[in-house]
Amino acid sequence: MDIKVRYFANMRDQMGRAEETVSLEGDAVTVEDLWGKVSANRTIPSNVLIAVNMEYTDSSRVLKSGDEVAFFPPVTGG
Amino acid sequence: MQVIVQEGLFDPYQETRAYEEKCLPRGKHGAVVTFVGTMRDFNDGHDVSSMFLEHYPGMTERHIEAVCQEAAEQWDVIDALVVHRVGEISVAEPIVLVAVWSAHRAHAFDACRYIINYLKERAPFWKCESTQHGKRWVEHNTKDPGVSAKGIKQSA
Repeated sequence: MDIKVRYFANMRDQMGRAEETVSLEGDAVTVEDLWGKVSANRTIPSNVLIAVNMEYTDSSRVLKSGDEVAFFPPVTGG
Repeated sequence: MQVIVQEGLFDPYQETRAYEEKCLPRGKHGAVVTFVGTMRDFNDGHDVSSMFLEHYPGMTERHIEAVCQEAAEQWDVIDALVVHRVGEISVAEPIVLVAVWSAHRAHAFDACRYIINYLKERAPFWKCESTQHGKRWVEHNTKDPGVSAKGIKQSA
């Protein structure tokens, strides 16, 4: 299945890209599995926030084809 | 209720007045509380000359709307307007406006404070400041000392 992945703010700087489409194989693939693939198996930094289809979630979230996953640092608006 | 995320400079007082004239029923509100966040020329011990505000289009609007809806469920809110800028922002310019109309001031004060605090906590915006030492991402917002993690502080 194909997952659209987006990175914002300093996460984009660290990853060196703003977005990509990632193909994943298997059942019950989670955000953590996706992160392992895009980051060469580093662990997810503890302060990174995760959104799937623009809703906050955590790394155990199971993904489906077509999902949009975003990784970003704590938000600082207002 | 209206949520606007825009690049352009705006006048928060003119926006409040224009929205009121266009959208509010005449004579029904007894209070309008506005919060205007503006850009300081200092932060975390450094002089700041300008700032770039990044956001996640779509998710940002969705979460500000959700926060406004939560406020309207907790307090008697007649209407609310939020305008938030993105892109390049200069010192002293407005960044955000939250305006809340209610029949009575207590509801307008509390709802306005709730909206700005939870906007800052949940809406995906990120500030990148330009200082004399170069650009840096702001890592955390200042907390509102009058508010607990769960929301408006209860009076003793």
